[in-house]
Amino acid sequence: MSTAALELTGLKKSFGKAEIIRGIDLSIGKAERHAIIGPNGAGKSTLFNLITARFPPSAGTVKLHGEDLAGLEPYQINRKGLSRSFQITNIFPKMTVFENVRCALLWSQGYKYSFWNLVNRSRALTEGAEAILEQINLSERRNLPAGTLSYAEQRALEIGITIAGGADVIMLDEPTAGMSHSETDYITDLIMKVTEGKTLIMVEHDMGVVFGLADRISVLVYGEIIATGKPEDVRADPKVQEAYLGAALEAEH
Amino acid sequence: MELILVNVIDGLVTGLLLFMLSAGLTLIFSMMGVLNFAHASFYMLGAYFAYQISLALGFWVGLLIAPLIVGVMGAGVERYGLRRVHQYGHVPELIFTFGLALLIEELVQFVWGKNQMPYDIPEILNFTAFSIAGNSIPAYKIFMIFISVGIFMGLLYVLTKTRVGMIIQAALSYPRTVEALGHNVPLIFMGVFGVGTALAGVAGVIAGPVLGTFPGMAFVLGSIVFVTIVIGGLGSLWGALVASLLIGWITTFAKSYNIAMSDILNGIGIATPENLSDNMFRDLWTVTSPQIADILPYILMVLILIFRPAGLFGKRES
Amino acid sequence: MSDQLTTDPSKPAQRMRAGSMTLTLGPWIVAAIALLVMPYIFTSNSALTIMNQMWITVVFALAYNMLLGQGGMLSFGHAVYMGLGGFFCMHLMNYIEDFGLAFPLPLLPLFGGLFGMGFAMIIGSFSTSGAGTRFAMISLGVGELIAACSVIIVAFFGGEEGISGDRTYGLPFFGVEFLKQIEVYYLISFWLMLSAALMYLFSRTPVGRMANAVRDNPERAQFLGYSARWVRFYSFCASGFFCGIAGGLFAISYEILTEENLNAASSGVILLVTFLGGVGFFFGPIIGAIAFTLLQTVLSLQTDLWAIYVGGLFLATVMFFPGGLAGLMMMHVPAMRLGKASGLIVPYIKTLVPGAIGILGVCALIEMTFHFRHGAKGDNEMTLFWTTFDSHTILPWLIAGVVAAVGLGVARATAPAMKEAWDEANTAGGAS
Repeated sequence: MSTAALELTGLKKSFGKAEIIRGIDLSIGKAERHAIIGPNGAGKSTLFNLITARFPPSAGTVKLHGEDLAGLEPYQINRKGLSRSFQITNIFPKMTVFENVRCALLWSQGYKYSFWNLVNRSRALTEGAEAILEQINLSERRNLPAGTLSYAEQRALEIGITIAGGADVIMLDEPTAGMSHSETDYITDLIMKVTEGKTLIMVEHDMGVVFGLADRISVLVYGEIIATGKPEDVRADPKVQEAYLGAALEAEH
Repeated sequence: MELILVNVIDGLVTGLLLFMLSAGLTLIFSMMGVLNFAHASFYMLGAYFAYQISLALGFWVGLLIAPLIVGVMGAGVERYGLRRVHQYGHVPELIFTFGLALLIEELVQFVWGKNQMPYDIPEILNFTAFSIAGNSIPAYKIFMIFISVGIFMGLLYVLTKTRVGMIIQAALSYPRTVEALGHNVPLIFMGVFGVGTALAGVAGVIAGPVLGTFPGMAFVLGSIVFVTIVIGGLGSLWGALVASLLIGWITTFAKSYNIAMSDILNGIGIATPENLSDNMFRDLWTVTSPQIADILPYILMVLILIFRPAGLFGKRES
Repeated sequence: MSDQLTTDPSKPAQRMRAGSMTLTLGPWIVAAIALLVMPYIFTSNSALTIMNQMWITVVFALAYNMLLGQGGMLSFGHAVYMGLGGFFCMHLMNYIEDFGLAFPLPLLPLFGGLFGMGFAMIIGSFSTSGAGTRFAMISLGVGELIAACSVIIVAFFGGEEGISGDRTYGLPFFGVEFLKQIEVYYLISFWLMLSAALMYLFSRTPVGRMANAVRDNPERAQFLGYSARWVRFYSFCASGFFCGIAGGLFAISYEILTEENLNAASSGVILLVTFLGGVGFFFGPIIGAIAFTLLQTVLSLQTDLWAIYVGGLFLATVMFFPGGLAGLMMMHVPAMRLGKASGLIVPYIKTLVPGAIGILGVCALIEMTFHFRHGAKGDNEMTLFWTTFDSHTILPWLIAGVVAAVGLGVARATAPAMKEAWDEANTAGGAS
C-alpha cells in the first residue's frame, strides 16, 4: 500500500479540561475524496485546525505523505503541499479578485520574498491567475474588490485561492455553507473540476454534496470517529444512523 | 540601612502614583482593546483643574471635584469621539487618542500658558512627618500613599464584591455575551472609561504639587505608564500594580545609589582604558546609574517583550 | 489541468494582458518636470528652504507609509531610523573633512540608508512578530530608549548640541561644491525621485504585494505559503533604509543633527503627516508632507496657536475622513468616471464656503481669547485678517461671533442639498 496522503494517529486535543478531540485514527489515500461529517460541535473545525497547525495537538501525530508535521508553522505545512479553505470566508477583501488569485500563486512560482521582480511584468503570474479565474468562472469580476462580490462568488474565490498554489492535498471547510440549492450545485461542480487528481478532504453538512462528491466518509461525533467507509456503507451503519443521520438521511434519499 | 528605608518609601510613592495611572489604562485596554494615549493627558487635566479650583475653594475641594470633572470629560470623549472612530479599526483608534493627547497639551497651554503653575501642597500637610537618618519624610508623601492605597482597596472591593463589579469583570472579557444578557454595555464602556480617566485625574491632583504642574507633565509620565502596563501584562490589574511598584523602586534606587559603570566593569576585570576622553566608548565608561535610571523601565520593557511577550501577568493577546 | 499556464492566442484580451503592465509614467514625468522648474518660480532662499524641508519630509513619510499603509503596522518610534541615518551621515561628513577623503557628497544618503536599515534589521528581528498593539508598544519603547540614550552617549550623538558638520568639504562633484541652496535643492530632488520610484516599485514586487496581503489577512497569507513575520520583517527593513536616506538628506541640508531628530515628537509628527495625507494611497503621504510643511511654515507666521489648529485638523481627519486628503480626493473618482462631477461644484460652493468662513470666525474667537488672556498688559491691539483692532472692546467679538454663527449655520442648512448632489453624482444615470 502506498503512503497515505494524510495520516492521523491517536490525535487528541484538549482545551483546558474540555477534551474536544478524543483520539482519532484516520488514513486518507492519494487522490481520494474524503468527507467528514458529524453534528455541530463534534469537533470538525478543531480537527482541521489541528491538521493545519493552527494550534498544536495535545497528543498524537499528523503525517503528510508520510512526513510528521509536528512543530511546523502553517506556512511551512502549506509549502509541503497542503492547502485549506475556511468556514468563514477568508479572502483579501480590499484587493481585486485578480490580485487575490495572483497572491496565491506567488510562492508556488518561486518568487519567495523577492523585491527585484515586478509582479505585473510576469507573464507566468498573469496567465496563471487568468487561468484560475476562468476555472472558478470569475473572469468577469476580475477587477472588482473582492469584498464586493456576492457570497457564493466569494466562496468560489476562496476555493480558487486554495487550489491556486498547486497543493495536492486540499482541505475545504464547509464550502457550501449558507448557499441556496443552485449555488450549492454550482460549487459542487466547481470542486469536482478543480480537485481532479488531488486529495480532497471536506467538512460538509449538506448530504447531497457529500454523497455526490465523496469516495469515502468519516463520521465525527464528540471528538471520535464512529464510522469510516464508502458512503453507502456508512449510510447503512446503525451506529451512524442512531447518532446523526436518522430522519435527515431518509428525507434526502 | 536607613537609606534603604527612605528609598523604599520614595519608590512606594512613585510606584503607587504610577499604579493609579496604569490601573485605569489597563482596565480600559482590557475592556475596549484601546490603548488610550491620552490617558496621561487626563492626569494633567486633573492637576490643572485642581489647581484652578484650589485658588478659589482650597485644595480639598479640588481633590474632590477635579477628578469628577476629568471623569465626565473622559466619558464624553468615549461617547462622542472614540465610539465614532472604533468602527474604523484599532489603528485609527490609537491615532485618535494620540491626536487627542496632542490637542489637550496645546489646549492646556492655550488656557494656562506655558509656565509651571504654583500649585502647592496644602498648608495642613506641609510638615515633616518623621526623619530617617537625617532624611526628612514629608507628611504629604505619607498622605499620597494613603490615598493611593485607599483607592486601590476601593477599586478591588467594587470589582470583586459588588454586582456592578461582577458585570464589569464579565464585560472585560466577553462584552457581547454581557450585552446579550441585557446589560447596557455601551454605558458600561463609557463608565469604565470615565472611571479610568477619573483615576488618572486623582493622580494628577495629588502629584501636581510634588512633580510640578506644567504642560509637559503628561508627556513626561505618559510613556512610562505604557511601559508599566506592558511589563505588567496588558489587561491585568495585578500586573499593573506589580509593575508599577517594580518601576517605582528600580528608578528610585538607581537614582539614589550612584553606581558607576566603570566600577562594575572594573569589578569584572576590564581595566579602564588609558586615554578616556578620546576613546570611542567613553560614554559607556562614564555612565552612572542616575543617568540611566529613567531609561531602565524601557530596557525592562523591551526585554519582557522579547522573552515574555504577554507581560508578567498578561492574559489577553490583542 | 493541462492548459493552465499557457495563453490562448485566440483570446485577444489574454494576448494583451499577459505581460502588459507598465507603470503609468505620466505622473512621474510631470513630477520630475515640476521639481526641476519650481526653483525658477519660487526663487527666494526661504522658499528653497521650505521646499527642501518638504521633500525630505516626503521621503520620510513615504518610508513610514511602507509600514503603516502598506503593511498595517503602526510605529510610534520611527524617527529613530531617520535620526540614526542622519547622525551616521554627519559623522561620515566630518570623517571626510578630517581625513580629506575623496568621497562625493551625493552618495552620502545611501550610507545613511544602509545604517538605518542595519538598525531596522536589529530591532525588526524581535519587533515584527506581531503587527498590532505589541508592535506599536515595542516601537514606542525602542524609540524612547534610543532617544534617551542619545543624551547619554555623547560620543555618537553629541549630547545637547548634537553633531554638526560642513557639507562643502567633500570632493566637488563635477565642480559643484554644494555651497549654494539651489545645488542642495537639486540633490535632494534627485534623491526624492529615486527613493519615491524605488518605494513605488517595491509595492509592486512579490514581497510588497504580500505585505498588503498580510496587512489585510495574516492568517490567509500563511496558507498561501508566506510567513507573515518574514514579510513584515522585510517591509520593516526596507522602510528603515529609506528613512535613513531621509536622514542623510537632512544631514546634508541642515548640517546639524540633534536629539530632536530622534525623539517621540518627531515620530509623532511623521505619523500625523502620513495620516493626514492618507495612508491608503501611494501619493497620500506626499500630499500630507507638502500640506503639513506649508501649514507649519506659513501658518506659524500668522499665529502662535497653529499647533491647536493642526491638532484639531488631525482629530477631525481621524474622526470624519480617515482616508486623509488623498482619500477625499479619490472619493470623487467614481463621480468623475460617470462624468457627473461637475454637478458637485455648485453644492460644494454653497456649503463648503460658508463652512470655511464659519470656521475662520471660530478661529478669530480663539485668537482673540488667547490674546485677551495672555497678551502683555496694556497691549490691547492685535492684528487679524489684515485688520488691527482692540481685543478688549466688544465689537470685534460680536463680529467674529456673528460670522462664525452665520457661516456655520448656512453650511448646516445647505448640507442636505450637498448630500443629495453627492448621491446623484455617484449614481449612474438610469438603471445601474
